[in-house]
Amino acid sequence: MNPASDAGIFTERLLNEGGAQATDLLQYLCSIQQHYSCIPPQAVETLARVLALTPSVVLGVIEFYSFLHRTPRGQFDILVSDSITDQMLGSRDLLQRLCDRLGVCVSQPGSDGRATVATTSCTGMCDQGPALLINGQVVTRVDNERLDRIVALVQAGSPLEDWPQDWFSVSDNVYRRDQLLDEHSANGDSLRVLLDRGAADLLQELDDSGLRGRGGAGFSTALKWKLCRDASADERYVVCNADEGEPGTFKDRVLLQSWADTVFEGMTLCAGIIGARRGFLYLRGEYRYLLDSLHTALENRRASGLLGSAILGEPGFDFDIDIHLGAGAYICGEESALIESLEGKRGIPRIRPPFPVTSGYRNRPTVVNNVETFMAAVRIAEHGSAWFRSKGTAQSPGTKLLSISGDCRDRGVYEYPLGVSIEEVLSDCGADDVQAVQVAGAAGRTLPPAEFGRTLAFEDVATGGSFMVFDHTRDVLDVVQNFTRFFAHESCGFCTPCRVGGSLLRDLVDKLHDGHGSEYDIREMRDIAGLMQAASHCGLGHTAPAPVLDLLDHFPDVWRQRLAAGGFEPSFDIDAALSEAKQLTGRDHSGGRMGGDV
Amino acid sequence: MADKIRIATAPLAGCFGCHMSLLDIDERLLDLIEVAEFDCSPLNDFKRVGSADIGLIEGGVANTENVETLRDFRRHCRILVAVGACAVNGGIPAMRNQFDLRDCLEESYVNGIGVENPMIPNDPEIPLLLDKVHPIHEVVKIDYFLPGCPPSADSIWTFLTELIEGRPVSFPYTQIHYD
Ligand SMILES: Cc1cc2nc3c(=O)[nH]c(=O)nc-3n(C[C@H](O)[C@H](O)[C@H](O)COP(=O)(O)O)c2cc1C
Ligand code: SF4
Repeated sequence: MNPASDAGIFTERLLNEGGAQATDLLQYLCSIQQHYSCIPPQAVETLARVLALTPSVVLGVIEFYSFLHRTPRGQFDILVSDSITDQMLGSRDLLQRLCDRLGVCVSQPGSDGRATVATTSCTGMCDQGPALLINGQVVTRVDNERLDRIVALVQAGSPLEDWPQDWFSVSDNVYRRDQLLDEHSANGDSLRVLLDRGAADLLQELDDSGLRGRGGAGFSTALKWKLCRDASADERYVVCNADEGEPGTFKDRVLLQSWADTVFEGMTLCAGIIGARRGFLYLRGEYRYLLDSLHTALENRRASGLLGSAILGEPGFDFDIDIHLGAGAYICGEESALIESLEGKRGIPRIRPPFPVTSGYRNRPTVVNNVETFMAAVRIAEHGSAWFRSKGTAQSPGTKLLSISGDCRDRGVYEYPLGVSIEEVLSDCGADDVQAVQVAGAAGRTLPPAEFGRTLAFEDVATGGSFMVFDHTRDVLDVVQNFTRFFAHESCGFCTPCRVGGSLLRDLVDKLHDGHGSEYDIREMRDIAGLMQAASHCGLGHTAPAPVLDLLDHFPDVWRQRLAAGGFEPSFDIDAALSEAKQLTGRDHSGGRMGGDV
Repeated sequence: MADKIRIATAPLAGCFGCHMSLLDIDERLLDLIEVAEFDCSPLNDFKRVGSADIGLIEGGVANTENVETLRDFRRHCRILVAVGACAVNGGIPAMRNQFDLRDCLEESYVNGIGVENPMIPNDPEIPLLLDKVHPIHEVVKIDYFLPGCPPSADSIWTFLTELIEGRPVSFPYTQIHYD
């Protein structure tokens, strides 16, 4: 580890190489964190001075992102994925074992500077978990044996390059292919169609296809592009949302790993239609391992005249793509928070309207689309809207990628025509004895078997692609507890209904989980949930209570049997809360017990 | 008027501001005692709650005495009300929650400026402190929450009159918004 004292020099060098733009603050911080396992004070000072920001702005950004730290994490920063599906594969035991073997406590850097062990939100490896991130690199399929070998390497201080490289391999696990996941990777065909037919005509084709955004909300892609194209401005931008933070989603990872060309071509197509010259891929920090291959793909496209100036020899068709890394913040998947983050700031959602299509990155018209949406746009340009509409339903044309994890035989990515029933999906992935399915991630719906006849489509159960299966050996309350903790942790803290409501819900679910919940608490949960849905500033707060409400509405047997007798229970153990004072005053016997009767 | 409504009030971990605000209803106190009478309250200095229709609690729960008083009120009051920010949320006293209890006590009684005979007080007469300060609804069931720091005399008045008259309690905007 380099001494922190040269952090100022290191930072100056980064700034010189990178052009010293304040919008790149987060990118500089990611590099510094990667190098020093923290952001040393000298780096903060240098960044603030050169970028003409105040130190508190820089510190505010550091504090916002989970992967940035002000104190060193040590030579190895190990994060255990805490997604419910990783937990089901034994991640919690692994966490404990890791801490025991390395002699550290969770989230506390070891005193010898060797390692920190902590948990992190879903890493998007649910089909090959339990997963760890070590210094930002993913290790999949961790079992006790692999863990013990990891511990030995950590204790020996062996650099990651010397570790068995197959540990870092991430598989695609594609089980079902349809329109999108064909064999070829895009080589400019869709861009030739654009140049042949012209932007207006292709936009019409896209409109005829009825393509709706694959990130979950299902907004018309053609309309989004048209609004951006029509907005008057000197610059426009294309942003690909690869934040993929929704627990249980990993299909964008597969697309970026094996179909990156098609994704980049989709962005270029969009740029050609709306008139953008610059684009960004916002890649979640968890997918840092993809950086090299993505940069190579971009280089190759530049070399083939598919990116850069005069694309395909067309004068004026200039477009290039930068990759920006996230740093462990689910909220940065929300498009306006993502744009803030792209600008190097804390990922706080903006007030909308204005929407990004008229005022996005640097307040210029900006299209933000999901990875899969760009890919579908390429296919539509290549094959036409009728072809696209031959799959799916009238209101939800085309196909959708699902990321399937949890209790089933074949975990991985499945491409289905929209309108497929939940039953059919369950049967294909080899899931039986199913108690519940979580569609669309923590922010989605928890559905019991009575609802399995429903279909995955925008007009029925909408989804961004997460599909988690829980059989009867699982406790639905464990699942809900995991999700409410996730939201309380990921709330950006900007508005009170979500910041406070999310923590209150988390505490009430914990209480119910531990057998201390009462009818009173159930009413409280409903009240708080309603308030969060009605009064939160962004989609995170609106959807955060969904798992709790689904639990209450669809799984009454699960929570009723956990209710404490009587209408009310204190929210904490009063006797336990007195033990510290008793010990400090040596009054072990006076004061008596307070527990029990109310 | 037949039996008068009985009101009991208690200060837990608060600053007495909510009680001062209750007194701030001024001459309306005379209207109040037309229909109500006080059970125990710092206003009449009766120490133990007898039996009341409405119990008003100021302050959060910081120690064993607070727990006992609060439970006593719950047993003896038909309707129990959290009055003010500290009762509702823990308020200012709960700012100690971000420190360990040991650090709080040592700062006050051991390391503080001007402390003589430094020691953490351990007299059995002194109520034991809870490790954290809690809002009162975390200890007993609460029927109504009256926000404010303190709630204004007008909002206390609105609340009591509507409750006593058996109407659904609702406030004019100005009484419960602070922006
Ligand atoms: C809390 C939150 C997280 C989100 N995360 C993502 C994400 O990881 N990926 C994504 O494509 N969209 C995400 N979205 C939706 C985006 O705001 C936006 O609607 C989407 O990127 C638009 O692209 P589309 O029209 O292609 O779906 C999220 C929304 C919210 C409220
Ligand atoms: S709803 Fe939650 S995530 Fe969204 S702005 Fe409010 S605090 Fe932030």
